[in-house]
Amino acid sequence: MTQPMQRGQVGRSAQRLEGRAKVTGRAEYVHNLHLPGMLHGKIFRSTVAHGRIRRIDVRAAQAIAGVERVVTGEDLRAVIPNPYYGPAFHDQPILALEKVRYAGEPVAVVLAADPHVAEEAAQLITAEYDEMPAVFDEVEAASSAAIVHEVLKPAGIFPDLKHLEGRKNTNVALDFHLRRGDVEAGFAAADRIFEHSFRTQQVMHTPLEPMVSVADAGDSTITIHTASQSPSFVRIEIARLLGWPENRVRVKVPFVGGGFGAKLYIKLEALVAALSLLVRRPVKVSLTMEEQFFTITKHAATLHIKSGVAKDGRIVARRCDVWWNGGAYADVGPRVTQKSGFTAAGPYDIENVHIESYAVYTNLPPAGALRGFGIPQLVWAYESHTDLIARALGLDPLEFRRKNILREGRPQATGTIMRDAAIEAVLDRLAQRMKWHEPFDRGSGTLRRGRGIGIGFKASIAPTTSVAIVNIAADGSCVLYSSTVDMGQGSNTAMAQIAAEVLDLPAEAIRVVHPDTDVTPYDMATLGSRSTYHMGNAVKQAAEDARDKLAALAAELGLPPGSNLPWPELFRRKYGMQAGNIVGVGSFIPSYASPDHDTGLTANATPFWMIGGAGAEVEVDTETGAVRVTKLVNVADAGTPINPAIVETQLSGGAIMQLGFTMTEEMQFREGQLTNASLADYKIPGFHDLPAAMESAAVEAQEHGGPFGAKGVGESGTFGVSPAIANAIDDAIGVRLSALPLTAEAVWRALGEKRGEA
Amino acid sequence: MAEGARTIRFTLNGRQVAAEIGTHETLVEILQQRFDLFGARESCGQGLCGCCTVIVNGAAVSGCLYLAAFADGAAVETIEHLGDGRALDPLQEAFIEAGAFQCGFCTPGMILMARQLLDEQPEPSDDDIRHYLSGNLCRCAAYPEIIAAVKLAARKRKGAASG
Repeated sequence: MTQPMQRGQVGRSAQRLEGRAKVTGRAEYVHNLHLPGMLHGKIFRSTVAHGRIRRIDVRAAQAIAGVERVVTGEDLRAVIPNPYYGPAFHDQPILALEKVRYAGEPVAVVLAADPHVAEEAAQLITAEYDEMPAVFDEVEAASSAAIVHEVLKPAGIFPDLKHLEGRKNTNVALDFHLRRGDVEAGFAAADRIFEHSFRTQQVMHTPLEPMVSVADAGDSTITIHTASQSPSFVRIEIARLLGWPENRVRVKVPFVGGGFGAKLYIKLEALVAALSLLVRRPVKVSLTMEEQFFTITKHAATLHIKSGVAKDGRIVARRCDVWWNGGAYADVGPRVTQKSGFTAAGPYDIENVHIESYAVYTNLPPAGALRGFGIPQLVWAYESHTDLIARALGLDPLEFRRKNILREGRPQATGTIMRDAAIEAVLDRLAQRMKWHEPFDRGSGTLRRGRGIGIGFKASIAPTTSVAIVNIAADGSCVLYSSTVDMGQGSNTAMAQIAAEVLDLPAEAIRVVHPDTDVTPYDMATLGSRSTYHMGNAVKQAAEDARDKLAALAAELGLPPGSNLPWPELFRRKYGMQAGNIVGVGSFIPSYASPDHDTGLTANATPFWMIGGAGAEVEVDTETGAVRVTKLVNVADAGTPINPAIVETQLSGGAIMQLGFTMTEEMQFREGQLTNASLADYKIPGFHDLPAAMESAAVEAQEHGGPFGAKGVGESGTFGVSPAIANAIDDAIGVRLSALPLTAEAVWRALGEKRGEA
Repeated sequence: MAEGARTIRFTLNGRQVAAEIGTHETLVEILQQRFDLFGARESCGQGLCGCCTVIVNGAAVSGCLYLAAFADGAAVETIEHLGDGRALDPLQEAFIEAGAFQCGFCTPGMILMARQLLDEQPEPSDDDIRHYLSGNLCRCAAYPEIIAAVKLAARKRKGAASG
C-alpha cells in the first residue's frame, strides 16, 4: 500500500463515517420508511415468456376488503400517456402494455394499506395471453423469427444509438464493431491459429436490501424516496415521463443496502410515481428477494475468440465475436455492449484486431450493469483462451502473458495510448503473491491441486459529469453536498477525506449529506467505479473553491496573505455575528472522444483504466468433481488509494462476489420460466465459501488525472477470478471448462469425457 | 387485518410491552411497524440470510419466519439494545474498527449472532466463527473483516473481564 500523504487525510484508513449508525441498526434505508396514509403495492406478474395480452381480470382482487385500487398498464396512461422508459432505449413499459416479453414481467399492481391484503389480492388477478413464439438464446435471437420488440426505440441520449431508430424485425439492439489493422492478413501470417468458444450464465446482483421505492405526489410536485444508485437520472427520467420540469421532481436516497449495478436508472421509481399520482397518496413498493430476479440481472454471453500466434509466441491477430443476452428490455445493455466491446481482445498488444459485439433482446428477465459492465464475461473468455494457447505452445502462462501484455505508451485496440495502466505491475505482484516460480504441491491420488491466473482491464464510462458543493458554515464546520450514493463502497468517507485534505480538517468533522436532488447537485450515477475519479475531482475542486473564497474573504478584511485567523472569526468580522456561508462549487467532466462508428477507433477511449488480476489455487476431488478454492489472490491498480483499508475491502468483496458467479450462481430457466428464484436454490457465497487464504492488494501506482492520484476500484476485484479458477482446474486435472459456473457436476462430466465415457 | 387479532405481552429490550397483532404477522413486522425498531430487517424472507436475526429468550431466531404470536410472554432483544446509551458493545466497536461491513444491511444480524457465539465460546477459532455465522449472508462479502472483528471483540471482552 502507498504511504499516507503529508497532510494525512488522504491515504489514511479512516473508519467509515457512518459506522456507528450501521452497527446500532439505526442507519437510514428506504426499507425503513413509512409515510402517513401510505399504501403498499404488490405486483402481479406475467406467467408467459412472450404473449399478446388478451384480458386482465382484476375484479376478484378489487373486491377484497382493504384493497384501495388495482392498476394495469393502460390505467397508468391517465397520468403518464407514453409510459415507456429506459436509459438507452425507451422500450420498457411501467406495467406491460399490449404484450408481455418475459415470464415475471409486471402486469398489474394492487394497492392496499396492509401489504398482506395487497399480496392476497394480487394472487386473485388472472390474465389471458395469446402466446407468441419466444427466443431465449442470445445467438439464436440475433437471427430469430421471434421478435421481442417490433420497432427499436433508442432514447436519443447517445449519438451512437441514433442509427437504430425505427429499425424493425431485429432483436439486435446494438452492434459494435472495432477494426484495427487487418485481422485476416494477421491470421494468414501467423504460425498457429487458436479458436475457442465460451459461455457465461445469467446471474443476479442479490442486494440484501431488496429494491424499494416510495413516491409521495403533491399538487405540482412529487418526492421519490428510493434505494437508487442514480438519483439525478431518476429525476430527469421521471420529469421526462411526466412532462414536468426537473425542479418539480425530488429524489431522495438515504443509505442503500447494496447495489452492484442493480439499482440504476429506473427500477420501481416510475411505477410508484405513477401510482401515487393516480391515487393521491404515498405509495411504497418493496420487492421480495424472489422478485429481484425478475427485475434486473447480469448478461449471459456467448463469446467466440480466435487468435493468430507467431513463432516467437507473440499474438499477432485476434477476432472476438460476442453476443450479449439482454433479456426483454435493453436497460443499459447497449452501453455494456459498446464499452466492453472496446476491450474484448484483452490487455494485450495486438496489431490486428477485429471485434463484433451484439446486444440482443430475448424473452428473459432484463440484463443491465453488474459490477464490471460486461468485463468479467470478457475476461472469462480471453483469459481462458490465453491459458489454452500457452498450454498448447508449452509456454508458462505467466511468461506468455508477460510477452504479450500492453505496456505503458502502447496503443490499445481502439488506438488509445495506454497511460497510468499498471498492467505489468499487477502481473508481477500477482506472480509474487502466488509464489509462481516456487515449487508447488500438485496433490496425489484423487485429490489434485492446480493454480492459475487471470488479468483484465476496463475503460471507465465516459463522458460523464459530477458536481459537488462544499459549504462552510459560520462556525467553521463543513458540509459536503454530493449525489454520489453510499451503497456500502465507502464513498461518503472517501469524499470527506478528499475535502478534508484540501481544507486541512479531519475527515470525521465533515458531514456528508445524503443525495437529495432538491439539495445535492447533479451526478451522472454511482456506477462503473466512476465516483472516486469523477466525484472525487469535483469534491476536490469544490473544496479548493471554498478555500480560495475563504482566502479572498481574509484579504477583503485586510488580513495579510497566509493569515491563519480561525474561520469563525472571519465570519464574525465580516457579518458582525455568527452568520453567512462560504459555498465552494466543483464541476468535473473528463475529456473523451467517441469511437468511430465503423472502426470503433478513438484516440481517447477512457478517462482512466482499471486493472485487476487474480490468482487461484484449487484442490479438485477427481471422484466427485468437487473444487475447493484454497487460495485467492487479488491485485489491482487503484492509483494511489484515498483509503487503503476500504480499497482492500472493495477488492476482496468484489472477488468473493465473482467467486459466487464462478462456482455456484446461475439463474436456471425452463422454457423461459425461472426455476430457482430464491436464496434456497440460488446460492450466493457464505462464510463456508471463503477461500482458506485470501489476499488483496493494490500496487504502487498513480493516476495523474485522479484526485490525489486515485482512481476507481469497485469492479477491479472481479475481473480475473473466473478464468484464474478455470485455469487452475485445468492445471490440476487437465480438463477445460468453457461455461460458467464451474460446478462439481460440470467438472465430473468433463473428467468423464476426458476418460472417453461421454 | 382484524381476523385472528390478539394482544401479546412481552419484554422488549428490557421493557414490558404489549401489542395488538394479527396471527399471520411476523416478529420483524411488528418490531418495525409497532415499535419503530428497524435493525432486524427482512431480506430473503426464508430464514436463509440472517438479516432478520432477533434474540428470543436468549436464542437467535429468524424474525422473518418467527410469528409474533410466539413472542407472547417471551424476552425479546434486538440490536438496538446493545451497548448502553452512548457506549457501544465490544462487538459493535470491533465491527467499526475492523471495517467489518459495507452496506450495513446484514450487520445487526451478524453482530447478534457473533455475540451469541462469544457468549458460548469466548475464544473462537476462525473455523468456529465461519461455522457459527454460516447462516448469515453478506452480499458485500465483508467476510474476512467480520472474522477479524469477532476475534477483536473476543479480545476486548477478555480485556474487560480481566480488567
